[in-house]
Amino acid sequence: MAHLKYESQLREPLVTGNKDYHQVTEDICRPIEAKPTKLWYVGFYIAVALLMFGVYSVYREVTYGIGQWNLNKTIGWGWDITNFVWWVGIGHAGTLISAILLLFRQGWRTGVNRAAEAMTIFAVMCAGQFPIFHMGRVWMAFFVLPYPNTRGPLWVNFNSPLLWDVFAISTYFTVSLLFWYSGLLPDFATVRDRAKTKLRKLLYGVAAFGWTGSTKHWQRHESLSLVLAGLSTPLVLSVHTIVSFDFATSVIPGWHTTIFPPYFVAGAVFSGFAMVQSLMVIVRKVFALEDYITLGHIEAMNKVIVLTGSIVGCAYLTELFMGWYSQNKYEGYTFWYSRANLFSPYGWSYWGMMACNVISPQIFWFRKMRRNLFVTFFMSVLVNIGMWFERFVIIVTSLYRDYLPSSWSVYYSPSTWEIGFYLGTFGLFFTCFFLFAKYFPVVAIAEIKSVLKTTGDTQKDGMDKQEEMQPEEFVHEYAH
Amino acid sequence: MAKKKFVVGCFDDEAVLFPAVKKVRTAGYKIHDVYTPFPVHGLDHAMGLRETSLHTAGFIYGITGTTTALSCISWIFTKDWPLNIGGKPHFALPAWIPITFELTVLFAAVGMVLTFCYLCQLAPFVKKHHFHARATDDLFVMVIECTAKTNEADLQGFLNSIGAKEVNVQEAEADWWFGRYDQEQQLIRDTKVEVA
Repeated sequence: MAHLKYESQLREPLVTGNKDYHQVTEDICRPIEAKPTKLWYVGFYIAVALLMFGVYSVYREVTYGIGQWNLNKTIGWGWDITNFVWWVGIGHAGTLISAILLLFRQGWRTGVNRAAEAMTIFAVMCAGQFPIFHMGRVWMAFFVLPYPNTRGPLWVNFNSPLLWDVFAISTYFTVSLLFWYSGLLPDFATVRDRAKTKLRKLLYGVAAFGWTGSTKHWQRHESLSLVLAGLSTPLVLSVHTIVSFDFATSVIPGWHTTIFPPYFVAGAVFSGFAMVQSLMVIVRKVFALEDYITLGHIEAMNKVIVLTGSIVGCAYLTELFMGWYSQNKYEGYTFWYSRANLFSPYGWSYWGMMACNVISPQIFWFRKMRRNLFVTFFMSVLVNIGMWFERFVIIVTSLYRDYLPSSWSVYYSPSTWEIGFYLGTFGLFFTCFFLFAKYFPVVAIAEIKSVLKTTGDTQKDGMDKQEEMQPEEFVHEYAH
Repeated sequence: MAKKKFVVGCFDDEAVLFPAVKKVRTAGYKIHDVYTPFPVHGLDHAMGLRETSLHTAGFIYGITGTTTALSCISWIFTKDWPLNIGGKPHFALPAWIPITFELTVLFAAVGMVLTFCYLCQLAPFVKKHHFHARATDDLFVMVIECTAKTNEADLQGFLNSIGAKEVNVQEAEADWWFGRYDQEQQLIRDTKVEVA
């Protein structure tokens, strides 16, 4: 080995099954080169059907107006913005895994980063639909962009958090896409060079941009990945911070709190990892990638889930405390009556949130539970339900009773087309994810190879010698 | 661009590759490139490549984004159309930080990726000569450019002696051209082999 990279034997191997480089290529390319299974078609068509239903729901909304939704005079944001925040939150795990864990040199990210980044991109695509169609006159959506126009020029309001959101989400989408695609180039080249059919050679040849694997290119690629990771790290934190500003800069009780940014970011990581878990538990099984996405990977992500879940729990309790401690009666009413009181109209959503986000993830303090696939899958779904409740609680319970009792609204429940729009984004998400899983290398081939010699199990077995070496001897042997 | 003659040696272990690179360089041969399936850390130093300054370019793109955001927003809100928002100052710097930050990141990321693609000459429909199809799978392919003085047979023997598993001589275009990977393409330009 050419560099001083030492991995303790105490750490679990990240790649199991005594792989060599060629075996890694084979394992990860196999699903791409095989014909799609029946199960894949079934899943794909269900996703497309959901997407079509969503398209029809949106068609009705665009044709007949926002009146197709059950929003009313105080609840101006309902399911749509709840879904927006929920999807954006889910879209945080991918970049967190690929950027922050790269900077923290967490080797286990290599097994899951590709799929998590793909998930991020698709989730942000879904998120973007909601504010765009909430505009009503969607054909004027480009008005949110600052460009010299014939109306003055009349500019957008740069002091508004809603405009910050436009910049944050579009930047986040662009940078995540670039990061993901630049990592995909070498892997597309691998698939291209193995391709048997002409069509594959053509398509993967185009997608790989003529990648050769030249040392100079790798050197630049490494530099690019590192800087993009460095840029994405504050970016990923900024995006949900700015989403939380949409609420926190207002004067609505329940929104007007300074803990929103860290609380939203923790919640985003929480829900994002839960979605990664839901997908990974299935992907590793269906594509036989258990050697690359090991129980160790699952356990590491469950640790993140219990950590961020507890941070979110602390935030909920802090809010309740401040609702009482501030002695502000509007705050107190929102937190203690509209939310924490189980028998208030929306009390069920608050306690649903508490049960799913704070109480149930505590099961992951037990190692056995962290490494149990059924528990992991069940919990990951539960956490995402809980995080949806959280956004619903924040938006709806703060809006349905405002300062003026005469304008308290009737009970808000969504219309068919509101639900249809939400289901449609599931369709979009899973349509994209099914296509990704079939045609893209779901695990980063080159990155797995670059950690194979230090963290693979065969290599680990050969490390006994190094464990017993004196430092001087080790440096002499391994440092160039 | 003309074709050149190369001697190609394929290695299957990076632990063998490193000393081999050193020996080839000490023997005075000019390494055209080493193609690897993953980034082999330290190989660029072993080959004597200089550090990339891509990150410096990234920094320049980043501050371009910062100044673009700040200058545009302050011009718009103080000169072009000063909006009165609740009587607050027109020059509201703290409120502009989020957009300034986002544009910094956006410019840096987009600029760096485009620069990366330009420097490495990567784009759709760009085709290059691949010395070995398994260079993106499990082989480390060392390519040495032949000069007028190079004795190919000697060099091949030398590569074998330092651990190459597969050795051959190829005449190839060193540059990129527009092409598709599903078609065999010959350059219509000069095909004479050029010797440096």
